[in-house]
Amino acid sequence: MRVSSKDSVVSFQNVWKRYGEVIAASNLNLDVQSGEFLSFLGPSGCGKTTTLRMIAGFDQPSEGDVILKGKRVNGVPAFKRPVNMVFQHYALFPHLNVADNVAYGLKQRSPRPPSKEIESRVSESLELVQLAGYQNRRIWEMSGGQQQRVALARALINKPEVLLLDEPLAALDRKLRREMQIELQNLQRNVGITFILVTHDQEEALSMSDRVCIMREGEIIQVGSPRELYDNPLNRYIADFIGKSNFFDGVVQKSSANDLEIRLNNGAQIVAANSRQHNTYASAAPVTISIRPEQLMLSRRVSQLPDEKAIVINAAVRNRIFLGEHTEYLLYNEQFGEFLALSPRQNEIGEPPFEVNEDIHISWNQEATLVLNHD
Amino acid sequence: MRLYAIAIYLFLYSPIAIIVLFSFNAGRHASDFTGLSVKWYGKVLSNPFAMEALTTSLTVALASAIFASVFGTMAALGLQKVKGRVRVVYDAAIYVAIMIPGIVIGIATLIALVTAFKFLNPALQEFWPSWLGNVPKLNMGYTSLIGAHTMFTMALVIVIVRSRAAGMDRALIEASADLYATPWGTFWQITFPQIFPAILAGFLLSFTFSFDDFIIAFFVAGTETTLPIYVFSSIRRGVTPEINAIGTMVLLTSLALLVAAQFLLRYRDRQSSKINS
Repeated sequence: MRVSSKDSVVSFQNVWKRYGEVIAASNLNLDVQSGEFLSFLGPSGCGKTTTLRMIAGFDQPSEGDVILKGKRVNGVPAFKRPVNMVFQHYALFPHLNVADNVAYGLKQRSPRPPSKEIESRVSESLELVQLAGYQNRRIWEMSGGQQQRVALARALINKPEVLLLDEPLAALDRKLRREMQIELQNLQRNVGITFILVTHDQEEALSMSDRVCIMREGEIIQVGSPRELYDNPLNRYIADFIGKSNFFDGVVQKSSANDLEIRLNNGAQIVAANSRQHNTYASAAPVTISIRPEQLMLSRRVSQLPDEKAIVINAAVRNRIFLGEHTEYLLYNEQFGEFLALSPRQNEIGEPPFEVNEDIHISWNQEATLVLNHD
Repeated sequence: MRLYAIAIYLFLYSPIAIIVLFSFNAGRHASDFTGLSVKWYGKVLSNPFAMEALTTSLTVALASAIFASVFGTMAALGLQKVKGRVRVVYDAAIYVAIMIPGIVIGIATLIALVTAFKFLNPALQEFWPSWLGNVPKLNMGYTSLIGAHTMFTMALVIVIVRSRAAGMDRALIEASADLYATPWGTFWQITFPQIFPAILAGFLLSFTFSFDDFIIAFFVAGTETTLPIYVFSSIRRGVTPEINAIGTMVLLTSLALLVAAQFLLRYRDRQSSKINS
């Protein structure tokens, strides 16, 4: 058995979850560090919610061990686990007012804390979520954002080892969601409790978490900090899932410790850095090149482009979409095919935006070219 | 079209309206209305036979409604955990119990009880320990009335409570467990308050059905007289304004209970829809 590190508050050891024929989680191995903000990210049905429910105790693993604070908790029911959850639709108790909802967890303790203490802790935790004075409100009198905060207060009042959040922001509108993201992050830093979030929204996962765990079809594909995942995705699936990317299929022609010479299917020859030293490619091995749209530099004159180690090509503008903070161009080059580029607004200072059908120059650094395994 | 609708409503409700109207008739005969009076109400309320029948009806209705609510709720919650084919069979059995004509339930219960008593009474005679006193003799009466009514009205409670329990957000139960409440604690603090209006509505409906029932009671009442049985037997001596007064009172009570039950069922709907919006 693998020994989990001392600091991990939740640990999965070879965990499987099967529902009859369906495998919801397959061979999960993961250590969640105490005090970190970890997100499970993946499309619906990828097993992220099942994983969360196994921590909460609503589901039990079919195989393997779930360790909570060094203790194996397989078979321990939810009400005996020192974790609390914020549910997707909050699951606030409609027949209780805000104060009674928040106090619910404390009142189940035995011995039950004195009502003075309950009262003061309720107002403390309502303050924490900026709902001071809302004790006597009914749940249906609260807006979606406020209900969300009540749900948070109801969980945090218990000072759990881990706070589980099941798509907590999915029901909020875009602007409120952004506000809550920042607030959740601040809250997590203030209370110092481990947060484990489940989401299908990559922006949400990247912006809030210390680490993101990407899942697909019940498996953990890659775990890492948002920057690691963005800059160094393991495969095409992750590069595609995290952010936008241009993909070009090709084959390896020459491989050395530092460089890879790749011939794309459309004809282009490019040299990319072999960033993953552990990857040694056979000649003619199929690979995918990924280039992030924001890594491309666009210009009317070649002289304006930085030249060192940069790859420069020509391209025709096929389409232009104004997106506010930047402009998105659909470009075409015979040897690359169609690809996207994002041009920030400051590039348009003193220079009008490119027109459709205009021929322009594109360049990018060798380091921006990611070589991905075929997955 | 509008005339047609009016005609239908007249057809449906005019006999009832006439009963209510004639219960206030000052005269003795149903054929001529001689002026308004409440003297028949007074007469009914001072009639010992009518009052005894009323007491019997109320006792039976209350007892069977309590039993039906308790066991019906337990059955409804238990059935939530049953899935697949077994569930289909149970569901069908419940609906059949509601749809079976009262006369069938009456006869079936009567025959079943009589047969059971035929075997049980000699057995009791044989095995009754002498220190417990006199040997009881099982017979038709209060218990058989309450039993038959409970059986019939329990199906109603099951249907009402089950639909409420099914509409309840499962996440509430999980949230309660997540907040350290034991299953028993969750039932009393979350499930019960959520389904309570449905239980109360089921209770009121059961009470009304039992209170109004004539057919089943007629078969299994033995020597007891419920209010509907009393009305039936007095009517054979001619329709008096006294009967009309009883009818009016029963009608108003039943309507009030039905409205209350409806209100309870709607009230919870409104509350939960407010939260979801």
